Amino acid sequence: MTPDQPKPFVFFTETRLVALTGRKASNIEELLQHLGQVSGSCIFYHTHYLYLTHHFEKPRFYNEFANWVSRALQEERLAERLAGIDLLEMTSIRDLREAIGRVIQKHLESDRKTLRTCPAGDEFHFCEARSFIMPTGLVAAGVPEFFDLLGNVTNDCLHFHFFEARLRLERPTNDFSQWLRDLGQTKLAAKIDRLNPYAMTLDELKREIVKLGRK
Amino acid sequence: MPIRLEDYQEVAGPGVIEELRALAGRVAGRSMQHINSTPVGGGVAEILTRLVPLLRELGVEATWDVIKGDQAFFGVTKAFHNALHGKPEQVTAEMYDIFRANTETNLRDMNFTGDAIFVHDPQPAGLIARKQEIGRRWVWRCHIDVSAPQPDVWEFLRPAIEQYDAAIFSMPDFAQRMPVPQFRIAPSIDPLSDKNRTLESSYVTSVLEKYHIDPGRPVLTQISRFDRFKDPLGVIAAYELVKKRHRCQLVLAGGGAPDDPEGGEVLREVQQAAEDDPDIHVLLLPPFSDLEINALVRGSTVVIQKSIREGFSLTVSEALWKKKAVVGGAAGGIKLQVIDGMTGFLVHSVEGAATRITQLLGDRRLRERMGENGYQHVRQNFLVTRHVRDYVLTMLALEHPGESMIYLS
Repeated sequence: MTPDQPKPFVFFTETRLVALTGRKASNIEELLQHLGQVSGSCIFYHTHYLYLTHHFEKPRFYNEFANWVSRALQEERLAERLAGIDLLEMTSIRDLREAIGRVIQKHLESDRKTLRTCPAGDEFHFCEARSFIMPTGLVAAGVPEFFDLLGNVTNDCLHFHFFEARLRLERPTNDFSQWLRDLGQTKLAAKIDRLNPYAMTLDELKREIVKLGRK
Repeated sequence: MPIRLEDYQEVAGPGVIEELRALAGRVAGRSMQHINSTPVGGGVAEILTRLVPLLRELGVEATWDVIKGDQAFFGVTKAFHNALHGKPEQVTAEMYDIFRANTETNLRDMNFTGDAIFVHDPQPAGLIARKQEIGRRWVWRCHIDVSAPQPDVWEFLRPAIEQYDAAIFSMPDFAQRMPVPQFRIAPSIDPLSDKNRTLESSYVTSVLEKYHIDPGRPVLTQISRFDRFKDPLGVIAAYELVKKRHRCQLVLAGGGAPDDPEGGEVLREVQQAAEDDPDIHVLLLPPFSDLEINALVRGSTVVIQKSIREGFSLTVSEALWKKKAVVGGAAGGIKLQVIDGMTGFLVHSVEGAATRITQLLGDRRLRERMGENGYQHVRQNFLVTRHVRDYVLTMLALEHPGESMIYLS
């Protein structure tokens, strides 16, 4: 059973158990090789997980492949290019996997001489998430109630409806915009679609959506 | 008064208990049996002491059994432990025979009652032999660093481990290429236990004075078993460097565990290294010294965990929870707890440890900032409530094999 798009809007939340693949990379070639073989859940995990975790300082990049390439391999140019992949342009994990692969492949072709191996103990370990989706008990019957409730949902709830729905579940857009569009609120839905969730924290994203809804 | 789930609401943060109840409702009535090798001493026993009652309160029929073993068996498993951590050990055919024979004895004597059976660490790993007969879901919960195991010992254990339905490791570095689902679950501390709860400052002072530690001078402390991987001699060497600039004291405190026969030998080496300096306090604490350990950490200026190899080292989280900056060896799970420059410092040498301890002793505000960060870090990641959640999720994952998105109605 999957949560479809009911009217009213049912808020779901997600909790995760991190699964380990046992795969690890110590250089870029190994990274590329594993990227072609790991699950979509693994790609999603390493490009999205940091948005959900608390940081004492903002991470240099939210893309963990980029962070590792920068920290462990000191390949700054490649790290920046990986971090520069526009996740909003991706409509599926398959697109994302291919985009990451292209960036690394291009780097390998142009810059082979700087291929480094990371120090022992600093390998990239491929993980993925088992996601458990549950209804929160919050249900919005209409638009005003939706935005009232949205202010109180957890980051996990927001993450599920905004990030997971679009990329991992391959829905056409985030669940909020889709529901509003179904209700005929196309302008409001378009405004939410235009937000860049990757450029802000989840708390900031929530505030921005609520602000749009209350205008 | 017994500690209840609600008591964790305040320390764990809003929403945590509600989430636990919601998830546990999905496995209510199922049984979860834990099996390990010691009822006291060490992190595994400490975790199970609190985890099992909390699971029961949530409606999961959790139980805990301990395998039997004599000194010869635990001598063998200590060698296994060292070898899996990557320290070369000569493991003979006779030692493997002792391990097999002990497994047979426990297979005969143990009642396997759980719908899910969580077997902790290598000592009881061979109990999986019963799976073929009784079925159930079996989980091997590995608490040690197996990132670079001695091949012969790992290959001896591997056939058993590959029969489990899942394996759990404390961090991704320990994962193996094997045809068994693997999960990452970090260990945890109990914030309300005697070892971690808030204490009156007068009690803290009284414990320091009991052990002839001067509360008026800086105190450096390492709490750990007397184990070479914890590098107690390296801690003394670092302290001696620090002492050139600071009139500090060093406390090396720990207890023994029945499954660690090597501890006495290491303790003697440490006592010998410390015997000429009255400011080094080597304390072999008896079981049930948790309040005193708590007080020793709270009375410390800087906490050290200078391990060379490490499964996780809950002593780090215990110190961070008490808002102490930690100087930790960059090994195993210490790297998850000590965020370098944020909750403490990661070091790779005696000199590095001495430099960072000196830096912290000279900067109270840095110690306070790191202490506050450390407390928040533990609150979000290493409390027993998170551990309970992850074990419930493991049960759910076992019931949905191969699914990456699991809908719970």
